[in-house]
Amino acid sequence: MASTERASPLAAWPARFAAASASATDFTIRELPFTTQINVRGNAADAAFAAATQAVLGHGLPAAANTWAGTAERAALWLGPDEWLVVAPDGMNESIVAALRNSLDGQHAAVTDVSANRTVIEIAGSHARAVLGKGCPLDLHARAFSPPQTAQSLLAKAQILLQCADIRPAFRLYVRISFAPYVAEWLIDAATEFAASRGLDAQRIAARLA
Amino acid sequence: MLRIGCPWCGEREEIEFSYGGQAHLAYPQDPHALTDEQWAQYLFMRDNPKGLLRERWVHSHGCRRWFNVERHTVTHEITAIYKPGEPPPARRA
Repeated sequence: MASTERASPLAAWPARFAAASASATDFTIRELPFTTQINVRGNAADAAFAAATQAVLGHGLPAAANTWAGTAERAALWLGPDEWLVVAPDGMNESIVAALRNSLDGQHAAVTDVSANRTVIEIAGSHARAVLGKGCPLDLHARAFSPPQTAQSLLAKAQILLQCADIRPAFRLYVRISFAPYVAEWLIDAATEFAASRGLDAQRIAARLA
Repeated sequence: MLRIGCPWCGEREEIEFSYGGQAHLAYPQDPHALTDEQWAQYLFMRDNPKGLLRERWVHSHGCRRWFNVERHTVTHEITAIYKPGEPPPARRA
């Protein structure tokens, strides 16, 4: 009988994420599975649309391109001039979709639950920028990419929605489900040079050469 | 590698974009009234200048919006970028 239990695309990965996070100096990686994601489309210049979404979300939709608004737990990410991604913790998709549709009733707008479209990988720590920089064409320096910025781009040829969630820094990568294991594998590989044991290796080599 | 200024996202690398061919091709008012030759002209025949060409690009890995670019086909210099629906800027001398 087919299992009806849901599984995140990275359900088998927590041990590898924990190992990679433990071995690296100041770099952590984890999945935020089942994040609620809702695609909202409408006219940002329309005051009624802005008021209706603000009433449900508690914060406005970001008007500036490639930014996000809200909190780390509940945010709205800019996707296009008339398109946003509302994110929230697991299990809130049905209530938010219903509230938005109710609030936007009669308006020219669209609300779609796309929670199953992407999963979220969070990487954090001072090496996070360097790890991303190995495969992403964006300028990821802190002066160019800090909260509340987002970007849609490519990481090692995989399409990502990148959210700079925290100044620490912490980045959230919204990745297509079918690309998630590849991106996770790539990130862990890219972070191996920051493993603490590498430093020990370097010390041993230096001692041998001395 | 071109660096293309998306009207919404700003300058990004060419790998984020897809090419959409020549811009400003008007769909015939009444396709059924055309001869086969006129229809073929509309479907297949494109300008192929050695110089400036107005063309469509889409920021396919970014905001997924279409826009227009005026690009020199020899030097790849981009001389104008404008949103769909906006009139093309006057040609530079």
